[in-house]
Amino acid sequence: MANPLNDPLTKAPHGDDDDVILRARGVTVGFGPVLVLKDLDLDVRKREILGFVGGSGTGKSVLMRAVLGLTPRRAGSIEVFGVNLQDAAPEERLAVERRWGVLFQQGALFSSLNVRQNIQVPMREHMRMSERLMDELALLKLEMVGLPRSAAEKFPSELSGGMIKRASLARSLALDPELVFLDEPTAGLDPIGAASFDALILKLRETLGLTVYMVTHDLDSLHSICDRVAVLGDKKVLRAGTIEELMRFDNAWVQSYFNGERALRRV
Amino acid sequence: MAFGMAGKRRRKTVMTIHAAQDLPRLSVSGDAHTCRVVAEGPWTIFHSEVLEAALADLAVPPAAKVILDLSRLNGLDTAGAWLLHRLQAELEFQGRRVIITGLEGSYRALLSEVEQHHPPEWVPERHPLSLVRLLEMTGRQVVEVCKDAVAVLHIVGSMVTVLSGVFVRPRCLRLKSVANQFDRSCIGAVPIVMLMSFLIGAIISQQGGFYLKQFGADIYVVDLAGVLVLREIGVILTAIMVAGRSGSAFTAELGSMKMREEIDALHVIGLHVTEVLVIPRLLALILALPVLTFLSDLAALFGAGLVSWVYLDIPPRVFIDLMQVAVSTDTLLVGLVKAPFMALIIGLVACVEGMKVSGSAESLGRHTTLSVVKAIFMVIVVDGLFAIFFSSIGI
Repeated sequence: MANPLNDPLTKAPHGDDDDVILRARGVTVGFGPVLVLKDLDLDVRKREILGFVGGSGTGKSVLMRAVLGLTPRRAGSIEVFGVNLQDAAPEERLAVERRWGVLFQQGALFSSLNVRQNIQVPMREHMRMSERLMDELALLKLEMVGLPRSAAEKFPSELSGGMIKRASLARSLALDPELVFLDEPTAGLDPIGAASFDALILKLRETLGLTVYMVTHDLDSLHSICDRVAVLGDKKVLRAGTIEELMRFDNAWVQSYFNGERALRRV
Repeated sequence: MAFGMAGKRRRKTVMTIHAAQDLPRLSVSGDAHTCRVVAEGPWTIFHSEVLEAALADLAVPPAAKVILDLSRLNGLDTAGAWLLHRLQAELEFQGRRVIITGLEGSYRALLSEVEQHHPPEWVPERHPLSLVRLLEMTGRQVVEVCKDAVAVLHIVGSMVTVLSGVFVRPRCLRLKSVANQFDRSCIGAVPIVMLMSFLIGAIISQQGGFYLKQFGADIYVVDLAGVLVLREIGVILTAIMVAGRSGSAFTAELGSMKMREEIDALHVIGLHVTEVLVIPRLLALILALPVLTFLSDLAALFGAGLVSWVYLDIPPRVFIDLMQVAVSTDTLLVGLVKAPFMALIIGLVACVEGMKVSGSAESLGRHTTLSVVKAIFMVIVVDGLFAIFFSSIGI
């Protein structure tokens, strides 16, 4: 491993290993000669909502894609549910993939399927269950994310931006995952829609015991639902902690982010 | 959407192994008065098959009061909570009183969340009679063809308007765009079109020579190749190649622009989509196809000459002399004059199909396929019409 555990601030302060659901050590990702992430360490704890912030181009999306295994990494290890995905057997990898859900930034709903069929894709592919139960569960998930039943038979091209986000969240929750990755879930939503989305994520954490990994720029979401916030910069996690801790963190970008004009205006 | 069957089977085997360790159970006990239903084990979506089977087999004695004991659950997710909720609803619908006991903190929150949603009435999909469907499909197709015809006329009309407006306002011709499209659909296609025609010319001359040799008439291979290539093969092959190359590209480009709302953006900015996107492509193709056909004719005749020389011992000098006797300028022009019409058809079909693309990736694929198939079919139909026309005017 490239980097020994030398930065306690990015890790769980209790040092309780059972509590950590996602553990990244020494992650290095680059494209050609450019390194986007270098020796990055990160811990995500069970049942927490971790917000990810960082300036444009600091590699928030790259890190998420690296964790999901969509972007190859050059060095380091990423363990999810205690399984190192790089050298896991295909069955092991699949078992992990069934336990996480992903909400992509653009929703990534399959455009040739309607919303109900989209939600049913993971069930149909991974589970053996009756059509009736699949239909009922799809409608249940749909209502849990706050969509009307009438949306079930609509195609993604007929949905508004906010509905696409919700439908996509419903699909990512189809198999009741333990860990969900949300890439800018409230971007492009109106403040009321964003607030209800935040409330929804909080409620799902209460009922389903979710762990949430959320890339966001929404200061309101960061303040209202995130237990911890991680700041990405300088090719690694600069610091992870509660907002209060970050506000005391002496870094120009972090200071202007949390104590800047927009941040103060929000009250 | 296609998901591999092999992968599916493998995953399900893994599931069964996983499920064999700890299975959810349902047991019933009690008398005529009070009945106790105990749910045990992990009630999660991973065991949905077992759960559904257990629920289907469940026979609750006709007691008025049912106690649903959930204290022995060691796992519950939305699917499990839903099945419990459904069981409770079904029992209550039979007029019994259901009491849930032994529900712990986080499970209680989940179940009460699920209880806010009512089980929908489950209606299995019904398909109408196949005869009705056939009639419906036929009707839809007819309407579709009429709409296509209107769209084609619309584009042709706009093109005439734009071309006649050129005298007043030369800018609306968009020469730069035409040149760019010409570069892509003509210059880019030269190598492949010439290579293909060269091979076809060589094959015609070899096959023709093989049979004509048996009658000692192998010298007529020059007439055969010359007339066939110049009148028909050159233009048809080029048109088919252009339909596959540029026609599909037009449909895909316009289609994806439609999907990404770029077409709408053009409308809103106040530009005519036909004028900006369609007409430059059509004009470029109308200019490109005659050029390509001419090059294709040259390559095919060259191939034919080469094979005649090597295989039939007709030296190039003799081949050229005989060719001058066999074909005239008319023969060449009969082929070339068809090219702009075929280009127009390919371009129109491609653009109309591109504009019909709707939101999904599947629709883009379907319309691109349709565009190429329709264009090639129409090219052959038009070639037949031209053949009738030329023979009736005696060329």
